[in-house]
Amino acid sequence: MIILFYLSSGLFLGWSLGANDAANIFGTAVGTRMVRFKTAAIVASIFVILGAVIQGAGANHTLGKLGNVSTLAAAFTVALSAALTVYWMTKMSLPVSTSQAIVGAIIGWNFYTNNPTDVNTLVKIVSTWISGPILGGLFAILLFILVKKITKKTRIHLLYRDSYIRYGLLIVGAFGAYSLGANNIANVMGVFTGAIDLPTIDLFLFQMDSTQQLFLIGGIAIAFGIITYSRHVMETVGNTLMPLSSEAAIVVVLSQALVLFIFSSQGLSDAIQSIGLPAIPLVPVSSSQVVIGSIIGIGLYKGGKEIKYNILGSISLGWIATPIVAGVIAFFMLFFVNNVFQKDVGGDRSLIINQNESALEMVINPDSTFVPDENAIQNTGIKKDTLVNANNKKRITTTNSDYNLLAIILGTVLVAFFIVIIFLLHYLSKADKKRSLLQKQISSNEKRYLLKIESLEKSVKDKIHRQEDLGKELKFRQNEMVTMAMSIIHKNEFLTSLKDEIIRIKANIRDHETRLALNKLSLMITQDLSIDRDREKFQMHISEQNSNFNHRLSEAFPSMTENEKRLASMLRLNLSSKEIASILNISPKSVEMNRYRLRKKLKVDPKVNLSDFIREF
Amino acid sequence: MSLLYKNVKQLVFDIDNFIDTVEQGVLVFKEGVINYLNGEKESFAEKIERIDRLEASADKLQRKIDDEFYRHSILPQNVSDIEGMLDKVDEIIDITKDNLYQFDDEIPFIPKELTNDYIRLVNTAAESAISVFPAARTFFREPLKVREMLAKVYFYEKEADKISRSIKRRLFHEMKDLRQSEKIHLRYFALHIETVSDKAKNLADLLSILALKMSI
Repeated sequence: MIILFYLSSGLFLGWSLGANDAANIFGTAVGTRMVRFKTAAIVASIFVILGAVIQGAGANHTLGKLGNVSTLAAAFTVALSAALTVYWMTKMSLPVSTSQAIVGAIIGWNFYTNNPTDVNTLVKIVSTWISGPILGGLFAILLFILVKKITKKTRIHLLYRDSYIRYGLLIVGAFGAYSLGANNIANVMGVFTGAIDLPTIDLFLFQMDSTQQLFLIGGIAIAFGIITYSRHVMETVGNTLMPLSSEAAIVVVLSQALVLFIFSSQGLSDAIQSIGLPAIPLVPVSSSQVVIGSIIGIGLYKGGKEIKYNILGSISLGWIATPIVAGVIAFFMLFFVNNVFQKDVGGDRSLIINQNESALEMVINPDSTFVPDENAIQNTGIKKDTLVNANNKKRITTTNSDYNLLAIILGTVLVAFFIVIIFLLHYLSKADKKRSLLQKQISSNEKRYLLKIESLEKSVKDKIHRQEDLGKELKFRQNEMVTMAMSIIHKNEFLTSLKDEIIRIKANIRDHETRLALNKLSLMITQDLSIDRDREKFQMHISEQNSNFNHRLSEAFPSMTENEKRLASMLRLNLSSKEIASILNISPKSVEMNRYRLRKKLKVDPKVNLSDFIREF
Repeated sequence: MSLLYKNVKQLVFDIDNFIDTVEQGVLVFKEGVINYLNGEKESFAEKIERIDRLEASADKLQRKIDDEFYRHSILPQNVSDIEGMLDKVDEIIDITKDNLYQFDDEIPFIPKELTNDYIRLVNTAAESAISVFPAARTFFREPLKVREMLAKVYFYEKEADKISRSIKRRLFHEMKDLRQSEKIHLRYFALHIETVSDKAKNLADLLSILALKMSI
């Protein structure tokens, strides 16, 4: 039970890792609804656990070399420091990585316990932090080119491609989850492997040693984080982090999985070594940073215009700020645990604690055969006289009662601390629920408004189309009328010239019968000119087409006659006085006179053109 | 992961079937108008029946395709574009059906001198629509090739415009014997037939944009 209590900080770290980093694997797939969350969560959970148990040892070994945290209390404190750093920096919206936090916390432990930090291991780790995103970018470019070529060469139907992408996202996601478990389990449980030794379990097919059992527990914590909280992250952060096409999402996840796999596979490292190349450092790397590296890789391949280069600055800030913050927190927390809770935190400090406890033991039990070391006694600050005068019962009682008082105070502080933590967590979860409710409301409102905007846009477009159609129709009708008018004019002109010709011929002819026939012909032409059916039709058409215009004119100028309205309609068609004269079979002078009367009736300013006034009316 | 392989196969079949149906509709429309112009009443009535069936079948298929797309959230990033494209395909069969019905309802009088012009117009408009369907099919397989397949559509659309304009000019400039109402009536029929090629052009425009979008 006590082991579980100590493991709680690591489990919390695992939970937050699962909640946050699963979005790097299935964020786009779930965010774009290509894969259901339920399916993604099940696949990710299973493969994270498998990766942790099967392949988690490699990266853990490197972390152990950096600082072998040897006691349970120290492991608890180091993991808690890393978890608090991740939590606090996430709250402050600062770039953070679990891998960098745990390394910083271990270095903090090294400092506190005077344990020398292996510089070679540290350089190896830091170099992978930089090479991880770069490698991710390179993989992403290569894979993206490959995917593009395949898509171009194979004539796959869009729907089949969609189906393959779904399967691809699941398979690549499973590989990504496996690699995440293999590479990042060291962050979660690494510090405990040196402090906890569990008996090996025989499962008939295979045996599970202490480290694997711890990794199984850590893997379950990550899976728990994926199931309980990653949906929220996938639907909010996941989508904004990677607004990518489905093909690009596969590439990004695959390149991230490859990088994490490379930095955690002992087999691959051995294989590389066997061909004479240097071994691959097995180090936990930040999956988020590798993802960012991969996205930048794709961005660079596409021309680099869409890349937000300030993100590189935030990664660099994460490399420096996270380990420092985690190291400082770990140092002070270890000091607190060591001095207030009197817990062994390993290294040099374990000696101090042991000797303190021994000296105290001697004080309380004078019959004890233990003889403390001179230096140790001096270190405790307990005077030598006190020990010599062991029979001084009053002193002993006082020391004893002080110890009890300290224990009570510490117990109370501990209980109060846990109560505060519980309240804080309760408050945070309440606030979180409120926030998520608000977020849901905002997103539903957004959707509603988007739909509204869409329908409004559609109706506006429809109206514009309708207006355009009506405009075309109007123009066509006007043209039609003008054509009609022109044909009447043409005909009338022709008839007039024909009549003139007949009169000219008649003047030269003496034959009576011919003169009569020509007279008849001339009369017929005159009649046709005065009773022209086409003209009637045209006038009817004009009054039909301009019914609204005529109605407006009547309302504004009730004294207007039908002839005046007709003239206004013709002016509206932009016909000249000569043309109107021809249509109405009157002289152009009469048209001018009618125009003058119309102008007076409509009270048009002498400076304004009558036709313009009528057209704008 | 609710979309199984056999569902995809069925959906691909449905989309192809939908485009085939609309294409058949255009051919039936063309034949129907020619039947009308040649005075073949029985064949024309049969074409009306056929286009009715084809349009109903296209509508049914489109609804089914819509349902499948949304139920299984297929191509979530392109679904609205594809739906819009299928809508435009459906508009073509809608307009051809409406046109054929207009011939049936309004029985326009088409003078012998104009019959050939109208036949040319309907052939060109139909050709424009028929040229856009291979591009619509290709969009699902090789979006990058779509743009080069659209040149024919634009060519025939322009040709249809020219023929339609020449019919209108002939009507109003040369056909003195016709009554004004007849001219206007015939002018509308030229416009109706021309709309088929306009719809094909709209679909071609959309396909061209979608192809560009897919290539980015």
